[in-house]
Amino acid sequence: MAKLIELKNIVLSYEGDRILDNVSLSIESGQFVTLLGPSGCGKTTTLRIIGGFATPDEGDVLFEGKRINDLPPHKREVNTVFQRYALFPHLNVFDNVAFGLKIQKLPREEIRQRVLSMLEIVDLKGFEKRRVNRLSGGQQQRVAIARALVNRPKLLLLDEPLGALDLKLRRDMQLELMNIQRKTGVTFVYVTHDQEEALTMSDVVVVMKDGVIQQQGRPEDIYNEPENAFVADFIGESNIFDGVMEADCKVRLCGRTLTCLDGGFGENRPVDVVIRPEDIDLVPPSDELLTGEVTGVVFKGVHYEMAVQCGGLQWLIHSTDAHPVGEQVGLSFGPDDIHIMKRLFEGSENVLRGEVTGEDEVTFCDVSFERPGLGLPEGTPVELIIQPGDIEVVSIDHAHLTVYLESLIYKGDYNELVVWTGGRSLLIHSYLDQQVATDIGIRFDFDKIRIAPWKGGETV
Amino acid sequence: MTLRPARKGSLAAFAAVPYLVWTAIFILVPLGMVLWFGFTTPEGGFTLENFQGVVKYAGVFWKSIRLSIIATLICLVVGFPVGYLMSRMGEVGQRTMLMLMMLPMWMSFLLRTYAWMTLLEREGLINRFLGLFGLGPFSMINTQGAVVLGMVYNYLPFMILPLHSIMIKIDRSIIEAAQDLGANSLHVLARVLLPLSLPGIITGVTMVFVPSVSTFIISRMLGGGTNLLIGDLIEQQFLGSTYNPQVGSAMSLVLMVMILLIMGIINHFDNGEMEGMLV
Repeated sequence: MAKLIELKNIVLSYEGDRILDNVSLSIESGQFVTLLGPSGCGKTTTLRIIGGFATPDEGDVLFEGKRINDLPPHKREVNTVFQRYALFPHLNVFDNVAFGLKIQKLPREEIRQRVLSMLEIVDLKGFEKRRVNRLSGGQQQRVAIARALVNRPKLLLLDEPLGALDLKLRRDMQLELMNIQRKTGVTFVYVTHDQEEALTMSDVVVVMKDGVIQQQGRPEDIYNEPENAFVADFIGESNIFDGVMEADCKVRLCGRTLTCLDGGFGENRPVDVVIRPEDIDLVPPSDELLTGEVTGVVFKGVHYEMAVQCGGLQWLIHSTDAHPVGEQVGLSFGPDDIHIMKRLFEGSENVLRGEVTGEDEVTFCDVSFERPGLGLPEGTPVELIIQPGDIEVVSIDHAHLTVYLESLIYKGDYNELVVWTGGRSLLIHSYLDQQVATDIGIRFDFDKIRIAPWKGGETV
Repeated sequence: MTLRPARKGSLAAFAAVPYLVWTAIFILVPLGMVLWFGFTTPEGGFTLENFQGVVKYAGVFWKSIRLSIIATLICLVVGFPVGYLMSRMGEVGQRTMLMLMMLPMWMSFLLRTYAWMTLLEREGLINRFLGLFGLGPFSMINTQGAVVLGMVYNYLPFMILPLHSIMIKIDRSIIEAAQDLGANSLHVLARVLLPLSLPGIITGVTMVFVPSVSTFIISRMLGGGTNLLIGDLIEQQFLGSTYNPQVGSAMSLVLMVMILLIMGIINHFDNGEMEGMLV
């Protein structure tokens, strides 16, 4: 299949913030591609770059092999379905759909026929004369889709088009969009933050976070083989635990060495271990299995969601059979159910560079503290080692430092937070829940910071 | 405490009384008097003769309307892009621009117009400046152009303000949607911006045209004796040497009917198409 559009190393900054960081993406003709990620991850900006409404600072946008960075939107063979439809309020349904064709100055009769047949495809036959603001949300949505598709674009961009609809209508429209895509054969690039929508509709899912593509692939692959803990956490529900890769295909978890199918991490490396809740069967306890106690059961309609305390971790399990709270159970899963991932944060402790700024005073990241008896001359660079558990999350008023929370993942008995400050990230273990992609305050336990002479290197 | 629904509009109705009384005494009664004078002789008998007096001045009527239409069109052409730019500015930019536009209005209308006299005079600032380059002197004061300039200068804000307030309600995504569908700037203007701004255009046109067509200060100060407008004629009938309130009233009535007609035609464009446009 031919490459329709290609993004090459796109970088875009806005007011000092990197919205897109080295995004490369290639979309083939006829595909249904979904950009998926939490708000602020850069998915809409990526779409606007393809549509011509944003210009990248660096990198190339190629359309059928030709560079189109500077081509204005009205010259691109791309049409967009906007987030809140953006229908023309002064025109009726017919004239809204006919807008693009009239600009192309097509013959009247051809315009009429194309508009009418497009309205039939989106199930709006007989609505031609209606005013668009008299239509329901779902109908406006279909007008927006018809208005874009009637121009027979090679590429249709859809920016969270179902965001304003209720759940039932969403489901119907999802199926309808997939049908339309199949019928017309137009390439769709679809933006959403709804992982279920992405998995249902797409040929290819592109997961984004903080302006970086985390993983792209078929929905099944994204779900079954998430590349890192963020993807695993964002797509579906997961048990994500700290493990140690002892050797290829051997991972240590809950005091046991389990067999898995992954390798290539090296020996005794800390990793994230992901096991999907539906991949675990609850069986009578036995010596070969991890065993635990059921601590909670919630009926979810199709399945039961159970919490099991096992090996000091809280496990989430989905099953159609309920087990009562307090029952001792064995956790049964195969080697192929264990997914090993590289840690989001390299290492297990924070190593920061600081400087001695006075008698017994050390400064790092604009934070100063005293360490009696340090005995190093002023200006000496030092290495500070801070354990993730020695950083406390507090309200910003009481904080030593305000940081940006990049990710928060529940690791079975604590939350693993990765925060961003002054050009580097910090790892924090906390029991508190925080809103991702916001600023939070942190406090250090200065007495527990280990100070060593700086070993060299200019890295901060 | 129990919540009892207030009697519908009782306070509002009460508060409106002063204005209603005011309207009755100072608007309706004078209007009646104008009507009375217009159709009577000085002795009090019914007559249509006063309107024959108006026919003599058909040329002045035509000139007033012509100059006002020109001024209104210039205001529209100048004001539209300004209103659009302002509507796309940030909060601070918009407030600054509004301030700048309001600033001259804090000065007396007379003073502002008088200032133009000193600028446009034969020995005025503009001619002296042009003289430095060996140009001119041009006769600018006491021309129709000067009258139009005065109208545009004084009434332009009344065009920009309604345009701006309607344009800030046009979502940027609607303009992007048009571009996305292949519209270049001209298409966007003609097919999206203009139709969506129509209510603002109509308000603006009304607010510029009506005071322009009935002005007498601007024409007298900048038009000299040769560019009398209806306003000046009417003024003369009441205050000038040719004291004749009957003819003056008839002129006012004709002017009123003409303004109503023109407004009716303009408002016809706004035939409810925009209803609920700002979703």
